[in-house]
Amino acid sequence: MFPTPLDKRPPSARVTYQAFLPLALIAWLLPLLAVAIFSIKPGADFTNANYWGVPSSFNFIENYGQVFFNSDMPKYLLNSFLITIPTVIGAVALSAMAGFALGVYKFKANIWLFFMFVAGNFVPFQILMVPVRDLTLDLGLYNTKTGLVLFHVAFQTGFCTLFMRNFIKALPYELIEAARVEGISEIRIFWYVVLPLMKPALAALAVLIFTFIWNDYFWAVVLTQGPDSQPVTAGITAFNSEFRAMYHMMSAGSIVAALPPVAMFFLMQKHFIAGLTLGAVK
Amino acid sequence: MTLATQPVTEIERSYWQRNQQTLAPWLFLMPAILFFAVYVIYPVFQSFNLSLYEWDGLGQAEYVGLRNYEDLYWEYVDRDSFYVSLKNNLIWLVLYLLAIPAGLFIALFLNQTVTGIRLYKSLFFFPFVISQVVVGLVFTWFYDPAFGILNVVLGWFGAGPVNILGSEGTVTYGIILAGLWPQTAYCMILYLTGLNAVNPEQIEAGRLDGAKGWRMLWHVVLPQLRPATFIAFVVTIIGALRSFDLISVMTSGGPFGSSKVLAYYMFEVSLSEYGFRMGYGAAIAVVLFAIMMIFITYFLWSMYREEKR
Repeated sequence: MFPTPLDKRPPSARVTYQAFLPLALIAWLLPLLAVAIFSIKPGADFTNANYWGVPSSFNFIENYGQVFFNSDMPKYLLNSFLITIPTVIGAVALSAMAGFALGVYKFKANIWLFFMFVAGNFVPFQILMVPVRDLTLDLGLYNTKTGLVLFHVAFQTGFCTLFMRNFIKALPYELIEAARVEGISEIRIFWYVVLPLMKPALAALAVLIFTFIWNDYFWAVVLTQGPDSQPVTAGITAFNSEFRAMYHMMSAGSIVAALPPVAMFFLMQKHFIAGLTLGAVK
Repeated sequence: MTLATQPVTEIERSYWQRNQQTLAPWLFLMPAILFFAVYVIYPVFQSFNLSLYEWDGLGQAEYVGLRNYEDLYWEYVDRDSFYVSLKNNLIWLVLYLLAIPAGLFIALFLNQTVTGIRLYKSLFFFPFVISQVVVGLVFTWFYDPAFGILNVVLGWFGAGPVNILGSEGTVTYGIILAGLWPQTAYCMILYLTGLNAVNPEQIEAGRLDGAKGWRMLWHVVLPQLRPATFIAFVVTIIGALRSFDLISVMTSGGPFGSSKVLAYYMFEVSLSEYGFRMGYGAAIAVVLFAIMMIFITYFLWSMYREEKR
């Protein structure tokens, strides 16, 4: 293990380390802690310029209650879920099939198709912006959740296919050969042999895509407007202009907007990190 | 006996059964290719084409050849926009890479086994999970000259209040610092995973040879972390060139357009209140694409070499 484990060092090192750890964490999360403190302060504290003093009262329920019952925030949150969940299902389904095809079969175009997916995944959004917006307008899907979902599914398929293909390539190929000898059709091999083995990859990708899509801002701004279809990342801007200079409200709103992917991360940590760090170890 | 029955079964098998090994991959690939071609591949070419036109998004597009690119090069249309954006993109690219050593540093710091370390690792990582919009807001308030905690801390040391996002000289660096926060967390988790897989025998061998500290890190540990470093490099470069959310949320490109990057400038030209100059925007996107292409080619080339081995 590197660096030298603490139990091989003098006990003083261990004590110093354990004392320093929480301090480092507080420093690291300081900007966020500030917002968390803001979000429970009463509005009066801001008009009285009592920014960092002791809150004059504890307004957790009032502030967050306002966010949930007296603003468009629930609408935006619902939109985010209605955009994110279908995208996750669509992208994972498409890429499981594509990854299977690229990971199992040997054919000439294989590596080129694979590289097409990888390269497309790195493309800057701006070069897609105008044509995708026009396409969405032509389909009559501008300012709808469906329009956003279709694009997200297509774009995420690039990354997901890369992921799935590498995962399937690492599976024991003999399993598939054995199934073929038994005369099982390719489609059944995919469904009954490979898919059950892909569960960890499916879980990892689902969690990862959930976070990516939830946090998307650019496409939300380009393809939607207004509380009927905009997800929470875009909605927070409107929310903030509604509560201009009411920092307690803006802070509470930001925290609510950020919460679902954070919850997802803490609940599904193992899968999330497995997904992110794929390829970081050879 | 078996030889005699062979031809019979061959006829009984349908076209699909005989050819499914060749057909199946295309069947499985079809939906993904279709979606990807319509929404990603084809639009790239459309943008290239559009950059040769002048178009307001509604009326007739007018073919203008390379004029959009000339306008960019000489900055005929927007004074001090293209080169400022280009310069900021470069600053982003260089400074964003600091996330890699910073991530490594934190990973080394946290790579210990004490009680609760797992929770510490998650908490250090979690800025990455928050949307960039919220990160942008959080840092805008962090920098705020009136109540930002940064100025409170500076005040303790007797340093005067600074308006990081309000002055042209510091604004880009302020935004990059905000971007580095989640990006460092990302690199940290890559390295933590990498450190887990470092071969303990090699470390022991290194120790016996008297390698310690920096020398150990440089000669024994870092070579084994190469895959993690490569991925950290890829995601950081892509992240730097994709920087849009933070700029949009924190400054809208200001003050006086000094924090724009190509990605934001393109959006502003094509879709904001300043008008709908789609062709001109497409030309900016093509320039950004060309910069990205240098890196994409390098990434693909590295991956291709890995595949061939």
